Amino acid sequence: MLDAVTRATAPLAAAKPLVQVRDLKMYFPVHSGILRRHTGDVKAVDGVSFDILTGETLGLVGESGCGKSTVGRALLRLYEPTAGSVTIDGDDIATLSPEKLRLKRPTMQMVFQDPQASLNPRMHLADIIGEPLIEHTRWSAERRLERIYELMDAVGLNRRFANRFPYEFSGGQRQRIGIARALALNPKFIVCDEPIAALDVSIQAQVVNLLEDLQDRLGLTYLFISHDLSMVRHIADRVAVMYLGRIAEISPRDALYSRPLHPYAEALLSAVPEPDPNVESTRTRIILKGDVPSPANPPKGCNFCTRCPRVFDRCRVEKPDLVQVEPGRLVACHLYSATTNPAGSTGRPEAPTQVKAEHNQQGVSV
Amino acid sequence: MPDGGQSVLDVRDLVTVFRTRGGEVHAVNSVSFHLRSGELLGVVGESGSGKSVTMMSLIGLLPSPPADVRSGEVWLGGRDILKISPDALRDLRGDKVGFVFQDPMTSLNPVFTVGNQIMEPLIRHMGLTRAQARVRAAELLELVGIPDAAKRLSAYPHQFSGGMRQRVMIAIALACDPDVLIADEPTTALDVTIQAQILELVKELRRKLGMAIIWITHDLGVIAGIADRVMVMYAGQIVEQGPVKALFGNPQHPYTRALLKTIPAISGPREDRLQVIEGQPPILAEAPVACSFRARCPHAFDRCHSENPRRRAIDGLPLGQGHDVACHLAAEAMHA
Repeated sequence: MLDAVTRATAPLAAAKPLVQVRDLKMYFPVHSGILRRHTGDVKAVDGVSFDILTGETLGLVGESGCGKSTVGRALLRLYEPTAGSVTIDGDDIATLSPEKLRLKRPTMQMVFQDPQASLNPRMHLADIIGEPLIEHTRWSAERRLERIYELMDAVGLNRRFANRFPYEFSGGQRQRIGIARALALNPKFIVCDEPIAALDVSIQAQVVNLLEDLQDRLGLTYLFISHDLSMVRHIADRVAVMYLGRIAEISPRDALYSRPLHPYAEALLSAVPEPDPNVESTRTRIILKGDVPSPANPPKGCNFCTRCPRVFDRCRVEKPDLVQVEPGRLVACHLYSATTNPAGSTGRPEAPTQVKAEHNQQGVSV
Repeated sequence: MPDGGQSVLDVRDLVTVFRTRGGEVHAVNSVSFHLRSGELLGVVGESGSGKSVTMMSLIGLLPSPPADVRSGEVWLGGRDILKISPDALRDLRGDKVGFVFQDPMTSLNPVFTVGNQIMEPLIRHMGLTRAQARVRAAELLELVGIPDAAKRLSAYPHQFSGGMRQRVMIAIALACDPDVLIADEPTTALDVTIQAQILELVKELRRKLGMAIIWITHDLGVIAGIADRVMVMYAGQIVEQGPVKALFGNPQHPYTRALLKTIPAISGPREDRLQVIEGQPPILAEAPVACSFRARCPHAFDRCHSENPRRRAIDGLPLGQGHDVACHLAAEAMHA
């Protein structure tokens, strides 16, 4: 499995991957009874592996509760991962000692979803943006202020606002403050956790354009976590689709959106409504039955087997591994694994058309 | 389903103002529209554009103070319901007008069973006995696609998932067979695959029951899929209104056009850079005397700064029947 991820990204990589995640697990223990015994785990992230290449944007999509934000936080060790390794720029973040981790922090930063909750309401804008500089540099106050102004210019905030409080700003402006703070220490890697989810459509575009400009100018690498599939199509180079703590598919953007391989990726993309009545009236949509199972008690075989329109016996007993099925495309699905597919793991399964027809009867409503 | 039938709801020149410590906020500025029987009217706009406040004002759901429904008429079933007593209005809500709100967790009462909450309007408005109401409640739960309905009546809201809770909300709203269903961002809190389930359900219910629906959302994709007619709101006013295909295919107002361009596409060619609407929506401290969009409009000219544009039909049909827009530029283009 580890090799599969490396093999899939190797041909794409001019440079080495900046971030390598291998078999990352993040379990949250469940305690119950008077003695608060450890009775189970919420398997928020259950064996996730991927690479992020230097300078690229990896989109991480999925529905609420699939573990995408947990992956983002575990990557920066805002959570202590249960198992697995996270190598960022040569160091394994998951096992680094606290002192070394602190020295490493400037290279990896985060932009949070809710700009209201992630900014201290009692701090001035300049103090918010300057706080990382106080923590990680020994600069004089003048030099810090110079850097703060520089950052404000970079994200399009007027220098006159330096002494204002967060409540005086609109949602879009607050998100710019969050981005300026993340940029303060010249990071290489930024986790953007739903950075536009709390914003209106007309403001979302402003923030996304800013993130793209900064990436071009500063050579940043992003993990862009979002449930907005159209925005991810715009910003990401490659996209990972998560379902219930596991990765269903990782593919280059255009390949995924034009021809999703994993049945979940296919259903997810078909569920996104398009702002065009002519397209909408002719479209067939895969309607998934039921809800996402609880991550505390995932299904025995494939996590998607309870809702998958193409499920067969093997799916209910064995978890599929993430394997390369086409150059650069990794899929965790038995439809594409070697035993059901005489052509080997490089091509599509022998009977996709037949499967498709059957699937149309069951899962597609017209 | 739009049969051009008679209108079940007719709103004329509705004005709603909030009195706050910082002064007045003019949230709804002379909004007029109607809803024909059996049609689905989509209302789109950003947060603060007045779409929810408009619908809450017309059915008396805004707390007063601070809200003040200052003027206008709302005709429903032959009466102007802004003029009737609070008691008469209460008889109307849940009976002639059903509501579905954005967040099903906060709009359902956590300490009552789901069955209780569906039975409440049946007992209150239809005069059913508890036993009759229970049977009808089970039918309603089945109608909205909850399996094992009779048993689930004794479940509490927390035992349901988000999508199922929204189905329960729809069941409550439909309980008394309303003429008008107002759905305020009913799928916004849901995941896309669950949203798709709810949209399918609503389409099916319309085929079966044929009620008129007002669907408030900020998601143009959802509107494109289910609405017959759309109105676009900005700064408490209707800036453009028309049949869904006309409005999406030939948007007239610069705001509508910008809004459509600012959303990245899920299929087809991928844009290099997103179109941006610069600036922020205005603060509505006074009733509009000029075009509210002028500060963000790339085409603004002298007249936009001095006169608030009226809605004008662009297809020659009477106002509200066809496609209309409130923009000086579109008006001048028509005369040129």
